[in-house]
Amino acid sequence: MPKVTVDGIELEVPAGATVLQACELAGKEIPRFCYHERLSIAGNCRMCLVEVKPGPPKPQASCALPATDGQEIRTDSEMVKKAREGVMEFLLINHPLDCPICDQGGECDLQDQSVAYGRGKSRYDENKRAVTEKYMGPLIKTAMTRCIHCTRCVRFSEEVAGVDEIGALYRGENMQITTYLERAAKHELSANVIDLCPVGALTSRPYAFEARPWELKKTLSIDVSDAVGANIRLDSRGREVLRILPRLNDDVNEEWLSDKGRYQVDGLTRRRLDQPWLRRDGKLIAATWDEAFAAIAKINPGKDVAVIAGDMVDCETLFAAKALAGALGSTMIEGRQTGLDYSCESLAAVNFNSTFNGIETADAILIVGSHVRWEAALLNARLRKAVKGGAKVFVVGPEWEMTYPATFLGTDLAVLGKLPKDVTDVFEKAERPAIILGGAGLAKGALGPALQLCASLNLVRENWNGFNVLHMAASRMGGLMLGYAQKGGIADLAAAKPKLLISLGADEVDYTRFAGSMIAYIGHHGDSGAHAADIILPAAAFSEKPGTYVNTEGRVQFADKAVFAPGDAREDWTILRALADALKVSVGFDSFEQLRAAMIAAVPALGREGLADYGALPKGKGTASGTIDAYPIKDFYLTNPIARASVTMQRCSAELLHGQDFAEAAE
Amino acid sequence: MSLQDKDRIFTNLYGYQPWTLAAARKRGDWDDTKALMARGQDAIIDEMKASGLRGRGGAGFPTGLKWSFMPKESKDGRPSFLVINADESEPGSCKDREILRHDPHKLIEGALLAGYAIRARAAYIYVRGEYIREAEVLFAAVQEAYDAGLIGKNACKSGYDFDVFVHRGAGAYICGEETAMIESLEGKKGQPRLKPPFPAGAGLYGCPTTVNNVESIAVAPTILRRGASWFSSFGAEGNKGTKLFQISGHVAKPCVVEEAMSIPFRELIEKHCGGITGGWDNLLAVIPGGSSVPLVPAAEIIDCAMDFDGLKAVGSGLGTAAIIVMDKSTDIVRAISRLSYFYKHESCGQCTPCREGTGWMWRVMERLRTGDAEVEEIDMLQQVTKQVEGHTICALGDAAAWPIQGLIKHFRPELERRIGERVREAAE
Repeated sequence: MPKVTVDGIELEVPAGATVLQACELAGKEIPRFCYHERLSIAGNCRMCLVEVKPGPPKPQASCALPATDGQEIRTDSEMVKKAREGVMEFLLINHPLDCPICDQGGECDLQDQSVAYGRGKSRYDENKRAVTEKYMGPLIKTAMTRCIHCTRCVRFSEEVAGVDEIGALYRGENMQITTYLERAAKHELSANVIDLCPVGALTSRPYAFEARPWELKKTLSIDVSDAVGANIRLDSRGREVLRILPRLNDDVNEEWLSDKGRYQVDGLTRRRLDQPWLRRDGKLIAATWDEAFAAIAKINPGKDVAVIAGDMVDCETLFAAKALAGALGSTMIEGRQTGLDYSCESLAAVNFNSTFNGIETADAILIVGSHVRWEAALLNARLRKAVKGGAKVFVVGPEWEMTYPATFLGTDLAVLGKLPKDVTDVFEKAERPAIILGGAGLAKGALGPALQLCASLNLVRENWNGFNVLHMAASRMGGLMLGYAQKGGIADLAAAKPKLLISLGADEVDYTRFAGSMIAYIGHHGDSGAHAADIILPAAAFSEKPGTYVNTEGRVQFADKAVFAPGDAREDWTILRALADALKVSVGFDSFEQLRAAMIAAVPALGREGLADYGALPKGKGTASGTIDAYPIKDFYLTNPIARASVTMQRCSAELLHGQDFAEAAE
Repeated sequence: MSLQDKDRIFTNLYGYQPWTLAAARKRGDWDDTKALMARGQDAIIDEMKASGLRGRGGAGFPTGLKWSFMPKESKDGRPSFLVINADESEPGSCKDREILRHDPHKLIEGALLAGYAIRARAAYIYVRGEYIREAEVLFAAVQEAYDAGLIGKNACKSGYDFDVFVHRGAGAYICGEETAMIESLEGKKGQPRLKPPFPAGAGLYGCPTTVNNVESIAVAPTILRRGASWFSSFGAEGNKGTKLFQISGHVAKPCVVEEAMSIPFRELIEKHCGGITGGWDNLLAVIPGGSSVPLVPAAEIIDCAMDFDGLKAVGSGLGTAAIIVMDKSTDIVRAISRLSYFYKHESCGQCTPCREGTGWMWRVMERLRTGDAEVEEIDMLQQVTKQVEGHTICALGDAAAWPIQGLIKHFRPELERRIGERVREAAE
């Protein structure tokens, strides 16, 4: 623990800390542009210069200088002040004065730091540099004249995303940041460079000229586009969420967010269900809430009721629906829409036990039937970190484009029974071996055989559980905790031939199996579920209701309500509560607080933020067979009704996945 | 007393004899190299330390000391590398070129000895992109050495395996900076790295690396043969040995010549260059160490000793000993402005002060050249150079700032005169 002095304050800093970190520990603000905690150190902006003794008689870049014992660091000397003013002046001489039309305005590092550390006037009398715009795809808008060449975007795509897409061309003051051959950036985390860019060079294309940051109401929420449960912030104005930004959570998403989680936001205002609809003579006709409830009450389902839950539903809605079904005398509830029927006797067996933080430290990883890059883009970034730390990765399933070196073991699941020697060799030597079982593996009955590997590959040891199931639905773990799993999966529901099927935003279900049932769709988008429905009860999207979500690690997280649902749409639990009245049963709660309390009473883990405890792993059984022909996700950008309604996501799909050309509008 | 022929290291500097291995052997190269290696690694480094050789690439860091920073044994299995900087791009410098094309075997033998001393697995010679013929000669000479068993497996039958790779640059001045050279060798964009870590800890491919100038390496075999005491018998204290001086500009006979260190400027010019054009009274100023050091006005340079410390005393530096002589016909402002353009053109663009500052400085210099400026802008320019100097990752920022600082220090009246004339013209 080196002891250093910062502006006269003596303190001990952790070994390996940089001078910049030491200054921060001492409570001193060090301005910076290129330095970022999660990227490698570039040291090129020169804004973080401080005076360090002993050392050369010139200011030192604190971000790159290791703190050593006995250092005397000054951040307030004349030399430092001058150095900062000088660098600030250099950064500004070629930076355009277009703040009034720049989307970064109000949240711009360059603006803030020039106020704090700049000289206040310009001495530069020459012409400013101009740089042509670079096309970076449908998500990233560029204004490269504003670029200050901090190379954060370059380092992000190379180090975190694992794609060599962004780089620098030319040299000196002609240096330009661009994507390779000016093609669109094509990976699932591409838009994070917008957050990283300290100036307005890379801004959000869909959000261009929408709002100023100070006009926005910020609401803390949870991303529902996949089962990672990324922590997000909803920025809304009036009744509309204008953008979604990631929030810091080292355990889950660090500070990144997948492009889908970020840009499906415009889907929240399109194709919305904003009033009840009734099907009469095969056609949906607008109705009132009273008519809708009366229509349901009329069939008097009794205990012939079933509930099927969609992928983005919060635990409160799930619990309310379960309570309603229970009050009617039914336990027919299911959340696995596509017909999966893996055993859910032990939740530990269907959980991501290593945790995202833990998987970073794994040294041997076997992926079974998961296209991690599309199913959980943020987890893929973690796996890349693990590989950079020396982990070996093997994949059973069709090949997909990896962002790190990995070995594909073919598509035949039988390989789990007789792993090749080079795989077993790696796992034998591994200290933290892990297996990740994905949806395609679960569908082929690989859960039991994969559990057997726990014993043979010794995946569970002291302080380490290497057995992981990767889900794709934000509602999955919450649903399983609340019992949304029948032994035979959705087939059990179909076999029961319910009079009334309540669909909680379930849009991936094959509704032809429920031809004889009345389908009441409680959801927010006019997607496939609504098309099949007999009665549509318009509900709230994730941004329009408070809720509890459990991610694939079994991490319980809470989201807040940002805006009101449009039109006549209501929060889901109120619809279910009103439906209970229409069906003349009691569900035992009259307010959201009562609902949440009842839910927590039933499943205490849902009341505690953090990882739920699912107990020990069960023993596996069975042998794996069959081949994995394809992964469940066919189109990363269009996996849920919100994304499918989003113009941005549609364009991403067309342009980035299907190669459609979008000519830039002539200006 | 000046250097005698018998004490010259580079005996084929002018290419009067062939560069080939056979001819080089006649000149004494590769003569029982095995015996030199048999002295042992530490003995070689000690000999180099004792010789007082300071790096010939410009910074003047003691070569033997630099070699001694290399790990004596690899603790983690990483090999060590020697990188030889033949990216001679400093305006005015042309010494390495003569070695490469006329005496390549001195360099290759030096590479083996130096590489052996620092326990390197291989040497990479990074040749300036524009040196096409020189690279051809070097490729051929390396092949000759391989064929003769002098390098490669069991080099010179010493039992030591050593490879020499020649790599051609693509014409960027910044790749002459040691860490940028390492980046470029690795196939990346030639941009200097942050230090620490220094190359001796983590250099080429993350392995311990020493980067030396061509001349520093090429003189090593002769120092080892003739002894440290011979080499250190030349030059003043702290500035030992012989040195290749490259004199260009307004002298009767511009040349590259090997001379003893610390030779006075007047003697060097009189003896080898036939004097200043128009006589000593016509001398305006001298840039004594390649374009990146501040210029020295005539009065101060004439009796100055041409070595690291002597030139430091007059506010300049020896650099690569590329002496650019300017007589009174020189438009000194234009000359420095042209150098400013060079640095603007060659800045890698990585760090802010150099990327933005070099362009700014050049544009102001261009206006000062025509007098299209305010007198206050001279002070502003001086401040800008101070804002660049010492604030950058590598020394290119300093190199861009120093010539301008030298100009303002010594020729401020000339700058003011131009501004004044312009103002008067405009008034008329």
